[in-house]
Amino acid sequence: MKKIALVLAMLMAMTMLLPGCGSGGDDERVVNVCSWGEYIDESLIDEFESETGITVNYQTVESNEALYSLLKTGAGDYDVIVPSDYMIGRLIAEDMLSELDYSNIPNYEKIDEQYKGLSYDPENKYTVPYTWGTLGIIYNSKMVKGDITSWDAMFDPQYAGNVLMIRNSRDALAAALLDLGYNINTTDEKELTAAYEKLKTAKEAGVYQAFVMDEVFQKMEGGNAAIAMYYAGDYLTMLENNPDLRYVVPKEGSNWFVDAMCVLKNAQHKTEAEEWINFIASTESNLANMDYVGYASPNGEALTQYPAYYEENYGEALDNAQFEVMAAPDSVLKNCTLYENLPQDTLNLYNDLWTQLGI
Amino acid sequence: MKNKLSRLAVPYVVWMALFVVAPIIMMVIYAFSASNGGFTLNNFVKMGAYAEVFIRSFKLALIATAICLLVGYPVSYFMSKEGPRFQRMAMVLIMLPMWMNFLLRTYSWMTILENNGLLNQLFQKIGLIALYNRMTGADLSYFPMMNTQGAVVLGMVYNYLPFMILPIYSVIIKLDGSLIEAARDLGAGSATVFRRVILPLSLPGVLSGITMVFVPAVSTFAISQMLGGGTELLLGDLIEQQFMGGAYNPQLGAAISLVMMVIVVVCMLVMNRFGEGEEQAVML
Repeated sequence: MKKIALVLAMLMAMTMLLPGCGSGGDDERVVNVCSWGEYIDESLIDEFESETGITVNYQTVESNEALYSLLKTGAGDYDVIVPSDYMIGRLIAEDMLSELDYSNIPNYEKIDEQYKGLSYDPENKYTVPYTWGTLGIIYNSKMVKGDITSWDAMFDPQYAGNVLMIRNSRDALAAALLDLGYNINTTDEKELTAAYEKLKTAKEAGVYQAFVMDEVFQKMEGGNAAIAMYYAGDYLTMLENNPDLRYVVPKEGSNWFVDAMCVLKNAQHKTEAEEWINFIASTESNLANMDYVGYASPNGEALTQYPAYYEENYGEALDNAQFEVMAAPDSVLKNCTLYENLPQDTLNLYNDLWTQLGI
Repeated sequence: MKNKLSRLAVPYVVWMALFVVAPIIMMVIYAFSASNGGFTLNNFVKMGAYAEVFIRSFKLALIATAICLLVGYPVSYFMSKEGPRFQRMAMVLIMLPMWMNFLLRTYSWMTILENNGLLNQLFQKIGLIALYNRMTGADLSYFPMMNTQGAVVLGMVYNYLPFMILPIYSVIIKLDGSLIEAARDLGAGSATVFRRVILPLSLPGVLSGITMVFVPAVSTFAISQMLGGGTELLLGDLIEQQFMGGAYNPQLGAAISLVMMVIVVVCMLVMNRFGEGEEQAVML
């Protein structure tokens, strides 16, 4: 029965991908890349195409989970993907990634040691880091008295109706787990239930104005809410439109994430994929991306050169406080933990708790 | 002749088979399978926990459909009475918002309804909020409109109203004028003509309008996420979560979709049966 479904799914996937496959002739070199929206300086694509003659089919998907769902149904015919740490862990565990030939990726040398050998790929076999950043609290200094320093703010009834919770079960429960002093990778049912209770209590007390993802930009920029939790790179984008906003990685610590480039097991264009990865890992590409995307680069040279690069391009010095939001200093980072891939039982528990919260 | 022409329908039949029938079959298969592929009814056992979400979704969709009908019927009726130039103009105005992307339209409602949005700024300027505070002793700095069920219903009505107006209008405009004349000749007043002739004859349009509004409204997730604030799940959100959420449970998602579809289809069947009966009774 499952086979019929699979055949049907493949049939549909193939029909949908016809235009994409059509261009993959023998003589033409192609690489299919899938990443997040607004996550690359697009001039890099043109540059790569004219330098190598390889055509880049650049596609975007909205979240790690959506990417996973595309890969699972066989609808995603990609070579290179750029998932986050915990999703990479899951893809490796399910044997969906291909080991890289690092001799084809000389620029891998330039990636700082700090971003190698991380929990999701401890032996550095599958990944080349793309960007990294932190999760934290964004608040409007005009609407909040004093400074926010703790995850408590996300559950505090004194801000009732002014808090935006993130609409993503992993991050939302992480805020509660951190506030309770638990590990964000816990699989303990009691701890997760306690975190859920914390969210539920706050929700019933009317703390949350809304559960948001991308809507957060409009709401925080327009002063419609005082506090939100979101990612550092996106805070910098919001700051351009509302200078009253502040960003903090709470004192209890937080999540930091690494998005890394990987090649899928069934990739049709592995050589081209590695050429692409090498091109993107270069210092020049990292500088351009960091400037465009607002997330920090894992390339050590790019990271140290960025303030000078910024000054050259914009004619003014880079605000150091802003740079530290983008590329959190070690003192902040040592308090932060990567998400790890969770066992299926825990993922199901997350989903059940999250649904209950919504009901 | 008829057979030759019917060949022209082949492309559409193939299209339907591939993109409507096949997905539904897949959905049914998924709904009854466990994550390892075996047959199971477990996906449906869980459904009871979501009763509240089902009720909330159907309630909001029903309210939105009722409002669309109450607003849309008179519009269609009076439009059809006007001259052709007015009708063309009105048609353009009704269709105009649909030339814009659906998400964009809904997004712009966010900037209108926000706590700090255009409407609240207007109320502030004209002193409406101060007046309200003085009258009730409340201490509001804005009217909370965003992130409420009302906002979700508004979003549904705004987006789906044309789907109510158009079918009703196209039925009324084609009504046989001689039937109305005959009713008049037999001594019926305007109100009676409307009640006994026009209304029953326009019922097919009303029924297809209701279907076209209710079905997308009951399964929407974009509107509830943008205007409802995502604090209260609707069916669409719940289904989306099974496919795009962390747990990735397409089997459960398919089961919820299937139950929703069955409920909707049953509602439609009952309604159409009722509609047919009504029509025949009046015709007799």
